[in-house]
Amino acid sequence: MGFTVQKAGMCTTVQDRGRFGYMDSGFSPSGVMDKRAYRLANLLVENGSEDPVLEFVLAGPTLRFTTDTIIAITGGDFSPVINGKHVGMYKAIRIRRGDILQLDAARSGMFGYLAVAGGGVRVPEVMGSRSTNLKCEIGGYQGRALENGDYIPFVTHTVDYIANLASHTIDADAEFPQKDGKIDLRVILGPQDQMFTAKGIETFLGEEFETTAHSDRMGYRLAGPKVETVGGSDIISDGIVFGAIQIPSDGKPIIMLSDRQTTGGYAKIATIASVDIPKLVQARPGTKVRFTPISIYEAQDLIRAEAREYSKLAKHIKRPARGDVSPRRTARRLTPFLIKQSVRADTERKWIRTKE
Amino acid sequence: MEYTIKIAGDSAVCLEFEQVISEKTSSSIRLAAESLGKLAIPGIIDVIPTFCALLINYDPLAIDYDQICQRLNASLLNINEVDLKIKHIVEIPVCYGGEYGPDIDFVAEHAGLSVEEVIAIHCGRDYLIDMLGFLPGFAYLGGLDSRIHSPRLEAPRTRVEPGAVGIGGAQTGIYPLASPAGWRIIGNSPVRPYDPDREKPILYKAGDFIRFVPISAEEYARIEAEVADGTYECTFLTEGV
Repeated sequence: MGFTVQKAGMCTTVQDRGRFGYMDSGFSPSGVMDKRAYRLANLLVENGSEDPVLEFVLAGPTLRFTTDTIIAITGGDFSPVINGKHVGMYKAIRIRRGDILQLDAARSGMFGYLAVAGGGVRVPEVMGSRSTNLKCEIGGYQGRALENGDYIPFVTHTVDYIANLASHTIDADAEFPQKDGKIDLRVILGPQDQMFTAKGIETFLGEEFETTAHSDRMGYRLAGPKVETVGGSDIISDGIVFGAIQIPSDGKPIIMLSDRQTTGGYAKIATIASVDIPKLVQARPGTKVRFTPISIYEAQDLIRAEAREYSKLAKHIKRPARGDVSPRRTARRLTPFLIKQSVRADTERKWIRTKE
Repeated sequence: MEYTIKIAGDSAVCLEFEQVISEKTSSSIRLAAESLGKLAIPGIIDVIPTFCALLINYDPLAIDYDQICQRLNASLLNINEVDLKIKHIVEIPVCYGGEYGPDIDFVAEHAGLSVEEVIAIHCGRDYLIDMLGFLPGFAYLGGLDSRIHSPRLEAPRTRVEPGAVGIGGAQTGIYPLASPAGWRIIGNSPVRPYDPDREKPILYKAGDFIRFVPISAEEYARIEAEVADGTYECTFLTEGV
């Protein structure tokens, strides 16, 4: 069982962490744009950290579920509604067969994520990943963005599948992309920072840039002052990483993202620290951007700190919460233990009435 | 082996070799990539060889920057750069000219040669794959004979068919997918360099050689049919240098 797509949204695709091991053959890695929101969506429904999710952009889809399950929605604020009722984000949500989930236009941010409990949506793995690669038309759902009428299967689970469901929630306000229109991104200089003049580096680190409408899964183009090179920005084409900041000859930064080409011929002045890439990815056109340099050691400390935060969260959401204490369910759970005890004590079972 | 390790963000390093496109640099990079493949250092996710560099993506939670530099230097620094004695060749059958290669007359005229001469020159040598990029399976080939170098189209075609073989300036190559293209198209191959459903989705890797073999329209149709029902077997050769 699964869901049918009633309204597909702008560019709704199946994505996971990305397709690795084929970049040397020219395959973009694809994969989710906002890795934090992706990770949290899977965490909230107790999925594996690499399970596939739906990613949507600016206008989310409307889905009709043909079975019970549990879902979580993260990323920008898409104000999700189920059967006409607001349900909130960054929490596990029970879905009943026939429920209609509507995701609105994003009130903040660019990308949203939907995780389904029990391992996510079921699409075949292509070359080690379930991510959609739109250019090569592989992976995800038939290698393309979802369309009205598509039916996406997942493994059916009951709404009781996850224990302590009410605890499966994270402070959404802290996670939603900032609306103040300014972001500060930490960067690690290199690999070709030597191709820029001292003045160029100063411009890059000291001045303000702005995100533009030329932003998609391939990369975000920034507007701002010209970053000066020593003698042009052409290099012999080499490999490009997620979050690399290319400066083409017009001097305006382009930040390379999930659907980037694997190689390119422009000098790369710096790379955004992994933990800060979600901030950029969720930035609407017109957001002011500043870059602050940090060392490779600081950047890797940040990654480790975030990993610790994830494992703490994963434990935290499993604690029992008040909303989950139902007398009837508690009684049902305890009954077998009480019976066993009473049998062991070799007493008559007169004080517990069981179904005969 | 000589290289410098450069930081490419918090999850990758770039090994920079001599910044000159040459067979020597290419073979060093190939050797480095092969050694890393054999060593299978835990934490390395992906390795991208290019003309003069090797990008190594790694998981910093499994191996940190200092550790990866140490591991790389321990495994690569004392590799002797012997010339590789074996070359791996992939044969790509090509039907030149006509509807398959609409620009071959231009290339011939530009070179002051006959069409037959252009074909003989184009398939007269093996081409080293310096790197793959741009599209899945798009090979950047080195060593095109300077007599048939041809300028790119002023306005790129919006679509060329998969298998198109073209010349762009001093480069030649084959389009694995339908794509917009600015190269002069001189032929087409019924073989698909990229097929996601095949066990080996990409027929070749950087460091291999491509040998173009001229075929007739009848042979083209036969191979095309074999490719379509999955019975075609591509020819892979191994030769001493």
